[in-house]
Amino acid sequence: MKPAPFEYACPDSLEEALALLSSNEDAKLMSGGQSLLPMMNFRVVRPQLVIDISKLVELSYVREVEAGGLLIGALTRHRVLETSPVVEKRFPIVCEAMRHVAHLAIRNRGTIGGSLSHADPAAELPMLTLLLDATMVIHSVRGVRRVAANEFFVGALTTSMQEDEVLAEIELPGLAQGTIGAFEEVNRRPGDFALAAAGVLLEVHDGVVANAKLAMMGLGETPLRSPVAEELLRNQAITNTLVDKVVEAVRAEVTPRQDLHASSEFRRHLAGVVVERALKAAWSRKALVGNSEATT
Amino acid sequence: MSTPSKYPVWMLINGKPLECEVDPRMLLSDFLRDVAGLTGTHIGCEHGVCGACTVLVDGDSVRSCLMLAATANGAAVQTVEDMGTPEELSPLQEAFRTHHGLQCGFCTPGMLATCVDAIQKYPLQTDHDIRDALSGNLCRCTGYEGIVDAVRTCVRSRDLLRAAGQSDTSVEGAKP
Repeated sequence: MKPAPFEYACPDSLEEALALLSSNEDAKLMSGGQSLLPMMNFRVVRPQLVIDISKLVELSYVREVEAGGLLIGALTRHRVLETSPVVEKRFPIVCEAMRHVAHLAIRNRGTIGGSLSHADPAAELPMLTLLLDATMVIHSVRGVRRVAANEFFVGALTTSMQEDEVLAEIELPGLAQGTIGAFEEVNRRPGDFALAAAGVLLEVHDGVVANAKLAMMGLGETPLRSPVAEELLRNQAITNTLVDKVVEAVRAEVTPRQDLHASSEFRRHLAGVVVERALKAAWSRKALVGNSEATT
Repeated sequence: MSTPSKYPVWMLINGKPLECEVDPRMLLSDFLRDVAGLTGTHIGCEHGVCGACTVLVDGDSVRSCLMLAATANGAAVQTVEDMGTPEELSPLQEAFRTHHGLQCGFCTPGMLATCVDAIQKYPLQTDHDIRDALSGNLCRCTGYEGIVDAVRTCVRSRDLLRAAGQSDTSVEGAKP
């Protein structure tokens, strides 16, 4: 047995889980366990109490809301997001990116709430929530609060949640009519964490980008949005010259860390590569938009 | 710290019920080998990278080193012991044998569980897709060629069965 000894609780309700979490100093929540258990097997993490919330099926759902939005329960598994017809219809970029999340066996167990709470800077879901301007709905015995994705990720493996809080739901606001998007990732092997990845959403009207969103991951302590690139893209048609400009801006902007897998310089180069690929892939879907029909 | 209390679990393992108490920290992989006595599930890296310990939990492939036995309480678990017999291999196992999809056999039980799930869930129409589906399972002997050949063969049988309107679960040896 690899993990250090711990007490185990498997609550039947979110309320019970919140009470356990607030009354135990050294407790860890476990949903799919796909990030927590490797760390426990290495004994990097040694909680006294593991609160297994994997049986809280009421937190596993994808609900359509008005204006093209979705509410996603935190215990929704990666595999459900990957294959959900309603996610595919409203946020195809999410399904596209989910196929890059580890391997099938991990996607079968891992949950959206677990991945977001773990906040790996090279993971797909944190970057997607930042790109999609998601809101995190966070519960504790003290009540419910809502935090925007851009205030949720504060550092590598660090969120703005307190020890007694649980991420319960993710709100995705609907995309504007005429939005097209693409996700591009570079890694050493399929399923590995990204060396660099980018997601773009382009709101296209009459052949021109009215609004752009561009997010990247693997390039800093948290996933990143690039307001500079977004501004460059606004009110423009995508041309090779414009893509070059955006790539240059993105490379100037990021200061990736050096690690075992890639030097800082190589990662900066890759930032440009994935941004270029994503912009071109998104733009190639322009025809899908037709006359301002919503598609991505 | 005092010794943590034991946790009662009940599982259906390869169709047979098993009820006992476990240490909360017992991984499903250790439970299958040391408690259920099913040593066909192999333990490699113990942190979810090598895929050797992959088994089917309620029909889905799962890394048994990344699941607590306690979490698997109430689940139906299928291991390689229930996929075929030495006398009568499952079609997937037969394909592995035909195409030399194994040498030392250490990765094979995990490979089989992964392939069963992937063949059920993905079209796998190209070798690229097959390799992508296998990418979470490490093999240090075969160079993967034989494994890809075996999966391709099973995908073709599955597609033929689907075209004929038949259930395809028999192709991989998974129990529906």
